[in-house]
Amino acid sequence: MTQKITIEPVTRIEGHAKVTIRMKDDGSVDHAYLHINEFRGFEKFCEGRLYFEMPQITPRICGICPVSHHLAAAKAGDDLMGCPPPRPASLLRELMHMGQIIQSHGMHFFELSGPDLLLGFDADPAYRNVVGLIGADPQLTLKAVNLRKFGQEIIKTLGGRKIHPTFAVAGGVNKSLKVAERDGIRSGMADAIATTQAGLQIMKDWAAKNQDDINKFAVLSTGYFGLVTSNNGLELYDGDVRLIDRAGQQLEKFDGRNYLDFIAEHVEDWTYLKFPYYKKLGWPNGVYRVGPLGRCNASDLIETPLANEELKQFKALGNGQPVEHTLYYHYARLIETLFAIERVGVLLDDPDVLSTDILNTKQEFKGRGVGIIEAPRGTLFHDYTADENGQLLKVNLIVSTGHNNWAMTEAVDSVAKTYIKAGQPVQEGMLNRVEAAVRAHDPCLSCSTHAIGQMPLIVDVVDPAGNVLQTLRRD
Amino acid sequence: MSKPKIASDWMAGCAGCHMSLLDMDERIIKIAELADLRATPITDLKEPDESGVDVGVLEGGINNTANEEVAHRMRQRSKILVALGDCAVFGGVPALRNFCGIQEALQRAYVEAESVDESGKIPSDPELATMTKVRALSEVVPVDVFVPGCPPEADVIYYVLSELAQGRTPELKDELLHWH
Ligand code: SF4
Repeated sequence: MTQKITIEPVTRIEGHAKVTIRMKDDGSVDHAYLHINEFRGFEKFCEGRLYFEMPQITPRICGICPVSHHLAAAKAGDDLMGCPPPRPASLLRELMHMGQIIQSHGMHFFELSGPDLLLGFDADPAYRNVVGLIGADPQLTLKAVNLRKFGQEIIKTLGGRKIHPTFAVAGGVNKSLKVAERDGIRSGMADAIATTQAGLQIMKDWAAKNQDDINKFAVLSTGYFGLVTSNNGLELYDGDVRLIDRAGQQLEKFDGRNYLDFIAEHVEDWTYLKFPYYKKLGWPNGVYRVGPLGRCNASDLIETPLANEELKQFKALGNGQPVEHTLYYHYARLIETLFAIERVGVLLDDPDVLSTDILNTKQEFKGRGVGIIEAPRGTLFHDYTADENGQLLKVNLIVSTGHNNWAMTEAVDSVAKTYIKAGQPVQEGMLNRVEAAVRAHDPCLSCSTHAIGQMPLIVDVVDPAGNVLQTLRRD
Repeated sequence: MSKPKIASDWMAGCAGCHMSLLDMDERIIKIAELADLRATPITDLKEPDESGVDVGVLEGGINNTANEEVAHRMRQRSKILVALGDCAVFGGVPALRNFCGIQEALQRAYVEAESVDESGKIPSDPELATMTKVRALSEVVPVDVFVPGCPPEADVIYYVLSELAQGRTPELKDELLHWH
């Protein structure tokens, strides 16, 4: 008899997902699947829209990283209409993007995954959340809330609103930065750095005490993928894509506009989320990981001092090889947050940041445009083909979380097999660890299923005959 | 008297309405004092209490059978049901899908997309929900409070939740209905 455990919805992630764990006769895990259960169809219904509407339509793919879609759509517009933005506009777009990295990463570490680390994987699910954190450490929670606010305020300063801002257009941006606004942002930097450093300390202390969990929790061997600077430094706004292999050797460094030569997407029947992979190695050998762990592995250094020191310590964990531990996603996420805050300082110090030369109105129509950016969760591609009126004929989107689909699925399977054993009753804390395997990747299922949008977690335990033996939900 | 219970969930939306809820920043602590936050996407309870909650909040429209279940369950278990944001109130941006066929949209994404390899097919596993026309929440279940905006401003969400948590009916007019 086969049993199935269903976890639905997976909580403290963005969007809805469900995990099914299929069991063998002896009560051990046969295989666990991650199902992403929604499809919205942006690629199709954007056909016929005008290119300049895309920076407003596509952010509605995801309210957690709307700025990534907003900027990727504007960059695709720059490319499509042949109107590269003046330098000040690029600086301001990048500034907005740093605001988003800070708010999204900060929220994920403290408010979504923080409860697992600070209250424990096995804590009572009724309190294992941000309200429980308020009770356990009100001061830290307030600092975390303010870190997110710091990022959101940068977005609002530039784009008028915190979520779904209106700022970037093909060729530049629609508003320059005023001196008072620049100084206002600057005044929040010191606190933001201090909170992030406190987070890093929490992470390191936690890692020291939980080495056992870290070492047996979905340690996966994959390639790593992300944008880098010309020195192979970590890059979040603009640069070439670098792909390294399992041993850390560079496989490719390419202009992301040529992504179709390097990446293909595989489809499985049991999920609406596609599986991108490196074409030359084929499916599934060519799987790689993106997001904070992917980027920290794919880059050699960080070009700001505090974050670079942290990156050195992080890299030491891998002993010259990539860091493969899924739970170190949290660590890498904080290093990137530190980089993003330092980068805000660099951008604000640049004399061009106050310039009013923010829009290139000369266009040289190209017919196709690709916009690429490092969203908080990984590399995002918007690819538009249009007619000479700028009306879209084709839209292809490869969204950050998708690149990690194989890894999330594998992590869920591996964690289920590690913690759920034959002959032992299944406990809630074990299932929470299965969820944490998803959560570590900070998936954005709305994004990934622009395409999809819903991600609850139910675990069904099913026997080999397809009978549901046990369904676990938390309520 | 015990605190009023609030539960929330998201359907076919973008999570932006819940993010706007978090944008009330430190005032979330005030809401946590006034009310008991039960199942929400940012807490670990999976479903609104079977014994019921005082306020149920839903973000997003309804575009598949799984969303229908979520909407019906929340309606059954909530005294007051709030449609949060344009997607829940009107259908929002995802309702653009109603202008093209569901099959065409699936075909484009899973078979025709330039990056999809020869494994391309429309996923059809029984674990997956079935797509439907995109509808506003009130087309599926009766709604008590409508909060438009994409997303509604954090101040508006704070006002609505704090009024409801104190047993009053929020009145949305003037500035509260103005969003940018
Ligand atoms: S109303 Fe806007 S912000 Fe809210 S879920 Fe819909 S698209 Fe997102």
